[in-house]
Amino acid sequence: MKEMNSELFVIPFNFGLYFILIYSVVRSTIWFRNLSRGDKLRLQRGFFGKPFMQSIKEIFMEGLLHRKMFKRNPVLGYMHMSLAFGWFLLIVFGTIEADSFSAKHFNPPSHSIFFRAYNPEHGASGLESVFSFWMDFLLAFILSGLLLAMLKRFIPGMMGMKKTTKHTWTDRIALLSLWLIFPSRLLAESFTCGAYGSGSFLTGNLGSALASVLPARELAPYFWWLYSLSLGTFFFLLPVSRYFHIPVEMFLIFMRNSGITTGDKPSSYTEVQEHACSSCGVCISTCQMSFAAGINDIQSAYFVKGLRTEKDIAAITANCLMCGRCEEVCPVGIELGPMRMIERRQDRKDIRPLKFSDGYALTRKRNFIERVPTQSYSYLVPEEPVKADVLFFAGCMTHLTPSIIIAMKKIMDSAGVKYHFMDEKGGVCCGRPLMLVGREKEARELINHNSDIIWKSGAEILVTSCPICYKVFNESYYLETRVMHHSEFINLLIEEGSLRLGYLHKKVVYHDPCELGRGSGVYQEPRTVISYVADLQKSPQEENMALCCGGSLGNLTLSSGKRALIAADAARTLTSSSPDELITACPLCKKTLGQATETKVTDIAELVAAALPRPLPKAKTRIKKVLAKTENNS
Amino acid sequence: MSESSANKFGFTINPSRLINYDTSDRKVRDYVTMKEPSFRLCFACGGCTATCTAGQYTSFNLRRMNTYIRRGEITPLIEEVTRCMLCGKCLLVCPRGVNTRNVVAVASEAIRKLERNEL
Repeated sequence: MKEMNSELFVIPFNFGLYFILIYSVVRSTIWFRNLSRGDKLRLQRGFFGKPFMQSIKEIFMEGLLHRKMFKRNPVLGYMHMSLAFGWFLLIVFGTIEADSFSAKHFNPPSHSIFFRAYNPEHGASGLESVFSFWMDFLLAFILSGLLLAMLKRFIPGMMGMKKTTKHTWTDRIALLSLWLIFPSRLLAESFTCGAYGSGSFLTGNLGSALASVLPARELAPYFWWLYSLSLGTFFFLLPVSRYFHIPVEMFLIFMRNSGITTGDKPSSYTEVQEHACSSCGVCISTCQMSFAAGINDIQSAYFVKGLRTEKDIAAITANCLMCGRCEEVCPVGIELGPMRMIERRQDRKDIRPLKFSDGYALTRKRNFIERVPTQSYSYLVPEEPVKADVLFFAGCMTHLTPSIIIAMKKIMDSAGVKYHFMDEKGGVCCGRPLMLVGREKEARELINHNSDIIWKSGAEILVTSCPICYKVFNESYYLETRVMHHSEFINLLIEEGSLRLGYLHKKVVYHDPCELGRGSGVYQEPRTVISYVADLQKSPQEENMALCCGGSLGNLTLSSGKRALIAADAARTLTSSSPDELITACPLCKKTLGQATETKVTDIAELVAAALPRPLPKAKTRIKKVLAKTENNS
Repeated sequence: MSESSANKFGFTINPSRLINYDTSDRKVRDYVTMKEPSFRLCFACGGCTATCTAGQYTSFNLRRMNTYIRRGEITPLIEEVTRCMLCGKCLLVCPRGVNTRNVVAVASEAIRKLERNEL
């Protein structure tokens, strides 16, 4: 541009850029400093070791190409990719272009961003025109994604999204400035190209069209100003908006690949995860509370946003089934379950609304009050231990479905298992329900009580019929006993050959209980057992994407009416192929689904018990029958 | 007839607890009903108490606890509320769809708040 005084337009851009660069460096240094000693070492080893290349690959595949988004929905994937990867390429090639066609090398970033403004006649012939074409192509690529993003705001269904996230006002301004960046660049370049007769297929043609009706040379600086301002605003608002995920996600990928996990206390890692959430809303579309029960304000995107902006999110934190479906689909890979559990264990004090400037605070000042135990089980007296090789723990819920207990007894008797029924007269709760509510200390009391019985029994295998108990036995009990869910145990008995079973000519569908499937990773054993005795059909949402029955103890506040809605929706999906029976492996699922469908809901143990060969009639009646037969014959 | 003379016959008149506004503290009841409106649905059938896991080991009685809350008798409630294991069996049994687990959780929260003078 000839009028050199208009070079002032780079100021907003430079201000924003250097601000965000310095801010990101300072913030990540503080995050690193606040890591625990072990995690610090892990991150150092991860950064200078093998996981480094893996992290770079992941940043490229997920951060730029958005592979997971593509898998979910191609249009959604294209939208994210064109914006992220397109912008990345635009910066890279813009820098190469500016560097190779300038007199000086190593120019400031503003030089390549506003390259066209400085070199309006650039791109006339040869390699220059190839570059011009390529840069125009990239801009068109980004603009196509931007168009899709705008459409998605208004018609989320177009990209397989049931709902889109509601944003805060800082997010909205940041979104507006992001949306303005590329059209303003297009117009600025077009006006300049139109004025000087340069530019490729996009900026050149649009430019000459604009120049024919408008004073292009006079208007161009205004659009360069708009371009710079929208970039500057975007960068400046980055830390207080959801777009902070762009730099933070890279940091998160390095941390995760180094082997850092969420754990059970708030740490830098949880803070990094909070900021790495892009509020994309995939969790909202996946949440059964949203599409089955019509609750649209408690999903993980809002939970994480609430953490980030320090809102009072106690109600959001409690109102979740803890089914774990959102964690499975999260494109950033945030550990949403453990994050919510951490929050449930805290009692927060005086939550004040965050001021705008507080969003830029480098460290968090969260006030917690010490949790006083609300429950006390001093009334429990130690029980007399019984020695046994196999312990059977039915669990509270199984006592409400006695048919499962009867079936398990039959199976174990038939296989000749010597077992002791630990809670035959109704035992103490396993502690998981208390843990899910965040009452860890209270749960420990119950855990100690049960552990005592299990240790003293000297059992080698502890069989439980309830996935809720199974998970807590595995995760929070210190046992030397092997813990097995009854589906695993039956599978073991079949493999061993100690259980002889017939075949039931039934079409069945299996429902994965959340705590057993996603919670404990047991997918295969129940399927093996079922296909051994019946014809197992596929259901629409299986394994890691299995639906929750709605009865989950993870949610303390959900009303029974909403639970029924979720159960009905899940039952409808599961029975869509109209199977003879719906098989589950959890007494709670059996209860909840049983009320929601006409199809018979059976536990896996009951199914197996039905396939047991009928015991022979008693000797007396057998002889009588034989005698009657011979009499008839004679 | 005065109370002391009534005692002479070997039986006493139970003092009414429901209408004694001096001892009844409705703060907990109001808090519980606000946080868990389904509490109002309870018709005291006692199904919860019959199935209760904690009830096998101690005198914990959810129906009685609900009565304490409703009547505003805080002293016995403080003790009662600590015994529940939140196992959720009562939730499945309740014919009225009362969110029983949350009633206990909210009641204990209310008592903690009461102790801190926050109610």
